[in-house]
Amino acid sequence: MKLLVCVSKTPDTTTKISFTENDTNFNTQGVQFIMNPYDEWYALVRALELKEKLGSGTVTIINVGPADNDTVIRKGLAIGADDAVRIDANPTSSHFVAKQIAEYAKAQSYDIVFLGKETIDYNGAEVGSVMAEMLDAPFISFATHLEVNGNTATINREVEGGTEVLEVDTPFLISAAKGMAEQRIPNMRGIMMAKRKPLNVVPAVDSSDLVSVTKYELPSGKTDCKYVDPENMEELVSLLHNEAKVI
Amino acid sequence: MAVLVYASNAEGKLKKSAFEAVTYGKKAASILGCDVHAIVLGAADDAGKLGEFGASKVFQLNDANLSNFDSQTHANVVAQVADKIGATLVVCAHDSFGKSLVGRLAVRLNAGTVSGANSLPSMDNGFSVTKNVFSGKAVATYHVSSEKRVVSVMGNTFPPEAVGSAVQPESIDVTIPANRVRVKEVKTVKGTVPLPEAELVVSAGRGVKDPGNWGIIQELADTLAATTACSRPVADMGWRPHHEHVGQTGVAIRPNLYIAIGISGAIQHLAGVNQSKTIVVINKDPEAPFFKAADYGIVGDLFDVVPKLTAAIKKHQSS
Repeated sequence: MKLLVCVSKTPDTTTKISFTENDTNFNTQGVQFIMNPYDEWYALVRALELKEKLGSGTVTIINVGPADNDTVIRKGLAIGADDAVRIDANPTSSHFVAKQIAEYAKAQSYDIVFLGKETIDYNGAEVGSVMAEMLDAPFISFATHLEVNGNTATINREVEGGTEVLEVDTPFLISAAKGMAEQRIPNMRGIMMAKRKPLNVVPAVDSSDLVSVTKYELPSGKTDCKYVDPENMEELVSLLHNEAKVI
Repeated sequence: MAVLVYASNAEGKLKKSAFEAVTYGKKAASILGCDVHAIVLGAADDAGKLGEFGASKVFQLNDANLSNFDSQTHANVVAQVADKIGATLVVCAHDSFGKSLVGRLAVRLNAGTVSGANSLPSMDNGFSVTKNVFSGKAVATYHVSSEKRVVSVMGNTFPPEAVGSAVQPESIDVTIPANRVRVKEVKTVKGTVPLPEAELVVSAGRGVKDPGNWGIIQELADTLAATTACSRPVADMGWRPHHEHVGQTGVAIRPNLYIAIGISGAIQHLAGVNQSKTIVVINKDPEAPFFKAADYGIVGDLFDVVPKLTAAIKKHQSS
């Protein structure tokens, strides 16, 4: 099976967020970047597990971004992907990213395209859905379990208040949520091998953006915390009832 | 010109998020100066109720290919309806269905999209809405330049507001493609409100020390009829199911009340819960960073405090 895993580069989860240029740009100064956790821990690892189970096939990772994304891409290769593709462009919107990957994937006939359920920076969960429409393919989002038997996959998908068990034939797209796989830490051999695995750089196609961020701000902070005596929970209940009006 | 609202349904009923979406649609339609119509795909015997929340027309289509959610089929049909009524704005809930529709509708309608909006559109300088980014650590204003737009609305942000009366759902002539995703089974968790929809959440972290101690957390939650949640370590250690993990790499929630018990409040956890309207923090460490994000703080041992709180709530409920 030919498996493609879309990976994004995001700020580390501990990053303190700030902005530049009159609050119109994210301040990347001093920010540690990582592979989007949903892409790395769940999408990539599940793809690798499938390949190992089938005993054949390839796992390719793809990223849209500039040359300094190569560190993140190499980590994906160290975890076990066979090769990588970087589409050389600044990712300006989810639509732009989806268009680039869809254009590349069209010519390659992948059996399954994996993504994380969302990125932890822009949280749109849009790329998979846009790509699926461009590729005229089924898309199962928020998957927590995937098994493949021949050309048919059985997938558990999380919905509010439950789980759907679905069946779909390849080719399809899938976005992975927690539960799909367990994080893998690259070992020394993987890191050494990653240096020699192919990372192909591909030029971007034209795409225009219909949305743009015009301003960033930090959420309005809480006013000072009101402390309640641990021996007096009646007071807390009264505050929640009369002041906060939530119970 | 019109606003079209996609109303999510499950098990023969509209979801709570459908009423939030139509309320948003109604308010947005007032800003744009047009009507709001709603589309319901599959069974929902309360579809007409969307009229009470502002929909002047409710379209409902019942077809075997629509009875389960396949984003491809649903997006195809919703786009046809949007074209027919001349919608310049399509609204859906930012729930598990809406999230997978937005991108497909964007392609079909050549529309700009904003997923997870938490404000009504501002027309000051074209069309703008805000949404949370960096998993709740910041808010961004998105400007949409296209003539058509698709917006999914963050849950628990626009409470349903009744403004009119129920309408009779009507059909609309569209072509319904065949489903490519087959639903074999739907497993529902009975008895509790799903975490993303919950208004009251009781959450615990490593402070509970052992999964055997979860009883006091559950009792507090049961007393409040709240949904339980947990921090990442608790889910990773297998003390609680993964779907209860809230935070940057778990579920992001914004309930009316979030009670955090024995959770220190790491930045990743706060990102997923800091939009909650009221936060109560119970922790024995007065230096726990969570107190900085709390409305009410109790510095004390959770094993003493939580049963006392449960008792106080029971007393309040019976008075």
